[in-house]
Formats: sequence, C-alpha cells, structure tokens
Amino acid sequence: MSRPARKRRAFDWSAAVIAALAFGSALFVFIRDGQARFLEILTEDLGLFGTMLPKVLAGCLIGAFVTLLLPRATIARWVGAESGLGGILVATVAGAILPGGPFTIYPVAAAFLVAGADAGAACAFVISWTLIGYTRAIVWELPFFGLDFVTWRIIFSLPLPILAGLAARYAWRFMKPAAP
Amino acid sequence: MNLAIDIALWTIVVALGLTLFLRDQPMFADSLRFARREFFALLPRIAIGMIGSGFIAEILPKQLIPALLGPESGTTGLLFATVAGALTPGGPVVGFAIATAALKSGAGAPHIIAYTIAWALFALPRVLVFEIPAMPARVVWLRVLVSLPLPFLAAWMAMVVGKP
Repeated sequence: MSRPARKRRAFDWSAAVIAALAFGSALFVFIRDGQARFLEILTEDLGLFGTMLPKVLAGCLIGAFVTLLLPRATIARWVGAESGLGGILVATVAGAILPGGPFTIYPVAAAFLVAGADAGAACAFVISWTLIGYTRAIVWELPFFGLDFVTWRIIFSLPLPILAGLAARYAWRFMKPAAP
Repeated sequence: MNLAIDIALWTIVVALGLTLFLRDQPMFADSLRFARREFFALLPRIAIGMIGSGFIAEILPKQLIPALLGPESGTTGLLFATVAGALTPGGPVVGFAIATAALKSGAGAPHIIAYTIAWALFALPRVLVFEIPAMPARVVWLRVLVSLPLPFLAAWMAMVVGKP
C-alpha cells in the first residue's frame, strides 16, 4: 500500500462482493452440473470479454482525449449562456459528449449554475450524462449487454433529459422561495 | 457488426488522438497515461462482472426471474425493477452484472432497461458521495424528483416499439 489512496482503486468492496458471488456461483455450477457445463459458460464469457477489450480500451482513450480537447470551463460557458429550451438542449448535448466519472461531472453541473444556468439545465445535464453519456455506454454497458440492447436503451433515453429538465424548471418555481 | 464498431471506435480514437498530438504533445502523453491507468483499473472489474454474470444467471432459480421481471409481469414488474435498481448498491459492475444475469434468466428487455436506468439515476451511494457535496442539495433533490418517472417512460417506449 505505498501508493496514496486515489479516487479510484482497481478493486473496491462492490467488486469484491461480485467476485465472491461469481466465485460461489461458479463453484455451485461446477458441483451441480459438472465440469463440461462449467467450462462451457467460462469459455463463452471469456470469449465475450476478449471481444470487448478493444472497445473498452477505445472508450478509455476517447474519454481521455475529449477531456483535454474540450475543457470543462468551455462547456460551462456554453450552457450558462443559453436560456429557455436552448439551455436544456445544450445541457443535454453537453452531458452526452462530456466524458468522466461522477467525481468530475457533478462539479461541472455546479459550475453551470454559477455560470448562470438554471436548475432545469443542470438537471438535464446530469441526467443526460447518466443516461446517454457515450463513454459509460462503451466502457460499461456494451460489454455486458451487447450493441443491440445498448443502442435501443440509448434511443429510448434520448428524450428523457429534455423532459426531466423541463419538469425541473417548472418545479423549481415552487421551490424557489427558500433559495438563497 | 462487431468489427464495424471496432473500426468506427478506433477511427474516432485516431482522429481525436491526432488532433491532440498536433495541438499539444506533452498533453497527449499525459492523456495516454491517464487512459492506460483507467483501462487497467477497469479491467478486473469488467472481467469479474462479465464472467460472474454467466455463472450467477446459471444458478438463479429458473422460474424466479421470469415471474418477477418477465415480459408478462407488466407494470408491477417495472415497479419492482425500478425499486431494485434504485436499491442496488455499488459501482457499475454490480448493477450491470445483476442486470445481465437477470436478462440471461428470462427477464423482459423493458424491465432491464427500467432497472439499469433506475440504478443509473438513483444509486444512493453515488448521490450521497458525489452529487450532494458537489451541487446545491436542493438541485440534487429536484433532479431525483424529476427523474422518478424516467425508468417507466423508457420501459414503456421499449414496450410500444417492441425492441430490443
């Protein structure tokens, strides 16, 4: 443990829980169904994992490049400058293209608010990043679900940030009195 | 199809990488190091999740998942999927491994869409650890409030369209 604790470790408790579950299940399958079925599942999943590696690596590289090519301050300015439906649309697009994990994305949303965006745009941004952010889809979802499922899941998600952003803008009016 | 995605992705990688390389070489080197660290941090989790989901699906009782989350389970099933998604703790590997196992065991695609969307939107650890400290709490609760119908909307769209 010489390295300082960084924002992400290769292994945390949630990965450990899944590892324990996976190991237990694998053992159970081996005992109940025998070696042949065990190896069948193992090779199938390993094959799938192998075909996904280039995509995961590409997703990591795209995320790293876009992070540097598209400074977060620029995005915050774009969203903060727009109002009305435009603000929500720009926020949705920004959420979809901006890579990064939760530790980078929420501060960007906070920066929008400082830059003059309303709560609706901030909500649309966070929801868009959560549901249609491509780096998450490539790196995480594609390996597990495959292209067909992920593509449809994203298509159905496209209108959601906009709808939620408009709802948030409407609801914010009733929350406003206590705001600073 | 698989090859086409790889080619498309790597074309984007090369185009973006070249742009960054031409603009700022030290920054390009930095981004490669960052991407490498990210990749090797992700690798063991994805491996465990993908290999694990196959075995977990195999040992799930054969009638349980179709009854709870199958295409016949309707809105009750969607509600169950949404609540389950919101309550699933941990990082992506947990949510996606569980969802994949359920899908392999006969859950309906709209239900799994509702589950993954609910998990992505409401996972409490992420809201508490990352979202609340970074953003005004009132905006976060507003965000959660307006997100409540979204898993259902996406699942209903999936049911109407009949995909995936």
